[in-house]
Amino acid sequence: MSDWPTLTALVFFPVAACLVLPFIRGDRAIRIVSLVMGVVELLLALPLLRFNLSVPGYQFQELVAWVPEWGLHYHLGMDGISLLMVLLTVLLLPLCVLCSWSYISRRVKEFHFSLMLMTSACVGVFVALDFVLFYIFWEAMLVPMFLLIAVWGGPERRYASLKFFLYTLAGSTLLLVAMVAFYLAGGTFSIPELSARTYPFGFQCWTFLAMAFAFAIKVPMFPFHTWLPAAHVEAPTAGSVLLASVLLKMGAYGFLRFCLPLTPAASVYFAPLMIAISIASILYGGFVALGQHDMKKLIAYSSVAHMGFVTLGIFIFTLRGLEGALMVMLNHGITTGALFMLVGCIYERSHSREIGKNLGLGKYLPAYMGFFGLFALSSLGFPGTNSFVGEALVLIGVFAQKPWLGAVAIPGVLLSAAYMLRLGQKLAWGEPTQARAYKDLNVREWVYFAPLAVLVIYIGLAPGLTLRAMDPTLTRVLNDFRERSVVAAAPAKTAASSLESVLAPRAALQPSAAAPTLPR
Amino acid sequence: MEFNVNIFLPELFQLAIVLALFLLSVSPSMKSSAKSAPFSARTAWLPLAACAGLVAAAFSLGAHGTILGEAYQVDALSQFFKFAVALGFAIAVLNASSQPTLEPEKRADYFLLLSLSALGLMCLASAVELITIYLALELSSYSLYALIPLRSREPRAAEAGIKYILFGATATALSLFGLAYILASQHSSYLAALTASPWSWAEAPIGIIGLTLFMAGFFYKLALFPFHFWAPDVYDGASNETAAYAATLPKLGAVVVLIRLAAMLKPGLQVTTVLAILGAVSMTFGNLAALTQQDIKRMLGYSSVAHAGYIMVGLVAASASGLAAAGFYSLIYVLMNLTCFWVICRLSTDGRNLKLNDLDGLYRRAPFLAFVLAVAALALVGLPPTAGFMGKLFLLSAAWNRGYDWLVVVAALNTAISIYYYLNLIRHAYTVEADGETAAPPPDGALWGGVLAGLLLVLGAVPAPVFRWAEAAGRQLMP
Repeated sequence: MSDWPTLTALVFFPVAACLVLPFIRGDRAIRIVSLVMGVVELLLALPLLRFNLSVPGYQFQELVAWVPEWGLHYHLGMDGISLLMVLLTVLLLPLCVLCSWSYISRRVKEFHFSLMLMTSACVGVFVALDFVLFYIFWEAMLVPMFLLIAVWGGPERRYASLKFFLYTLAGSTLLLVAMVAFYLAGGTFSIPELSARTYPFGFQCWTFLAMAFAFAIKVPMFPFHTWLPAAHVEAPTAGSVLLASVLLKMGAYGFLRFCLPLTPAASVYFAPLMIAISIASILYGGFVALGQHDMKKLIAYSSVAHMGFVTLGIFIFTLRGLEGALMVMLNHGITTGALFMLVGCIYERSHSREIGKNLGLGKYLPAYMGFFGLFALSSLGFPGTNSFVGEALVLIGVFAQKPWLGAVAIPGVLLSAAYMLRLGQKLAWGEPTQARAYKDLNVREWVYFAPLAVLVIYIGLAPGLTLRAMDPTLTRVLNDFRERSVVAAAPAKTAASSLESVLAPRAALQPSAAAPTLPR
Repeated sequence: MEFNVNIFLPELFQLAIVLALFLLSVSPSMKSSAKSAPFSARTAWLPLAACAGLVAAAFSLGAHGTILGEAYQVDALSQFFKFAVALGFAIAVLNASSQPTLEPEKRADYFLLLSLSALGLMCLASAVELITIYLALELSSYSLYALIPLRSREPRAAEAGIKYILFGATATALSLFGLAYILASQHSSYLAALTASPWSWAEAPIGIIGLTLFMAGFFYKLALFPFHFWAPDVYDGASNETAAYAATLPKLGAVVVLIRLAAMLKPGLQVTTVLAILGAVSMTFGNLAALTQQDIKRMLGYSSVAHAGYIMVGLVAASASGLAAAGFYSLIYVLMNLTCFWVICRLSTDGRNLKLNDLDGLYRRAPFLAFVLAVAALALVGLPPTAGFMGKLFLLSAAWNRGYDWLVVVAALNTAISIYYYLNLIRHAYTVEADGETAAPPPDGALWGGVLAGLLLVLGAVPAPVFRWAEAAGRQLMP
């Protein structure tokens, strides 16, 4: 068992499962096989139980030379950050199959094909320790997601899918340039090795901007968020779930994995900017969510707000902040995924996502509203649920560093209570329009809500295990970061003061400089 | 003098094919028994022979030597490109073997010209003397001039042929003019001697002008801006199968010569900067122009202009890895473009030009071809996990820190522009439903299409073995 390639199996099992799908006839059979594959994928994650919680470095490493001439390696590994993200991704695959059971009625085979490829690519992103490998998985996930939206999406799917694809790809082209630049500066594509080096400040600035552009689009942060509501509204339930729960996390994961370790000095330099747009995301997302009539749009904008907390936690550079950011990433994955599934459930009954057409469900769908209430409370960060832990940690971290910043972020929490309670209240107690004929949750729906509900309460009441899983890694990242951002701080001042000295040798990178100021 | 047949085995084999086709096309039985013998059967052996040519090229991959008084050099670079030409030729022949717009009695002539053109390209790969290069180029060009108009029931084919000849003649004239200048200024037509000569404006102004003009002939073949005007029109007018050939293999010939010429240059030279600017303009213009195209072949025409620009990225790096990356990318480019054309040729059962709308609902009619098309489109964008990504990655890595970082950024941003129109192929094939009932294409082409798509994916996953050849070629030029 010791040389079982756990991570390779996790990454490539769904691809292998894809190869089986074309030979199966009948939609029902495909669904059952996909579900079984999803469960098998979950079982393949069992060896991760041997993950040593006290080790801060990478575990389960696999290293094979790939293109030796270019220093490319097939290098996988997992630390506390990736562990949680991978578990989240793997857990969601069977749930996505279940929540699409009756929602997806045409081109079932292709749907599950895309779902499997998505899972593969997402797991790959979180465990890749080679920059090129990371980039490959990062891009590989675009096409299945594009298809999920473009084929099974709503009426505006063409617009939404193209916007998603173009936005994301535009961001990642600069990531490719940054990757090439790091290869020539560091001489390797290996992420752990690149992270161990210190780069000149000017170089760090440009690469930080190039990478941050890609990640900020993916998160999405405030001026780059416009693809998200469109994509969420048009995507089928499973697509929305994957988008919210996994894809958005990749951006934040990128900040943690690349920006902080590779460009520490530039991260410090640009932190005020990042914090400003994080807070803008929190407030803007909250205010816009308040005014939505479409349930999916509301949750989409709430995602922008929640992800604002993640980036805020990351760029405050305290252990509490990082813990909080990772917690919010995980919890947002659980809670928002569940909320999108709930919207999908009610859409199957009322064929509308308008709040006004789904009023007064409390009396007729008690179990549904029960779950809705739980996840809504979790989303607004009610104490005792999982999101509270994350947001509280972020706020503790922020207050410890800059109290007034915390004070600015607090209205975001209030806003989330306002929009979630408004939604919950209308859904539960509004004047029923057509809810009478609806059936409450069936067994299948219970099955996919129950695990998420358990997680909401478990992490809410006992976050200890989760924190223990992430703490060693985050401590390592933070210590490493502090050490090297301080070392670089002295030249940083001189270099930053004379902008020409930075610009002169790197004038070539001009386009990436314009990145953060692009019109929205 | 020791004579080793292995040195020019690929050319010899190709010549044998040419001769056989020549005999076939002039044999009287071919003309008289028009009704008795099915013509398609007469050339049925050709795909097999072309595949055998591929084996021959693979055999002589390691060959080294010079013949014809130092004018013809067989080395790692030439053998890599000969292999690429043989591969492209085999695919093009397979692709063209059931051509709906070609009269049966012209089949032998058609393939004669096709293989003659490929022979010219193979010679081009080995030519290391300017006049030899010119002759080899003309051998491949003249055959192609005659090929373009060979499309029945299509007046635009003649127009395309004339455009191709006129533009080609102009480019060739420029090229010859440049050759004269180089001879006058550097007193040699051998690349080995020219490498030692100075190539800066201060030292050899006439030589620089000559070199630039000489390169123009190859820019024309490569469809690099501003020599690209023929590409969309010729692709549009020529039959799908001819366009598949014209879009791919001649580029190989141009790239190999440009690689040899680029090996003489260093970054920072004026010529190199001109190349970099042309590359940047070419990729930007090609991608922007392709955005609005509705005709798939025109779109691919502009896409080839953009790809010519990408290849320049490797050439201006002027390092072993840059030249290797350019060689590798051109091989990948041939593969992905031929894959794309393969699907187009299979779908266009009556030989007409396809519009984007003709792809609607392809996933239902021909799921496998739709998949092949998707792989080819993603490779052309340069998205992982296809070989197109690896090619682009090598190009960008090679050019970074060689003084042309801005070119790398432009190339990367161009990927973002180009995604829209390549994605259109996938969007029409997968997400748009066909309006009426459209007949499914015959399933016979799916197998080879699958092989091509598989090649693109495999080269994306394990590029190392093929790249190693390309790198050996690059190192030998620039140790």
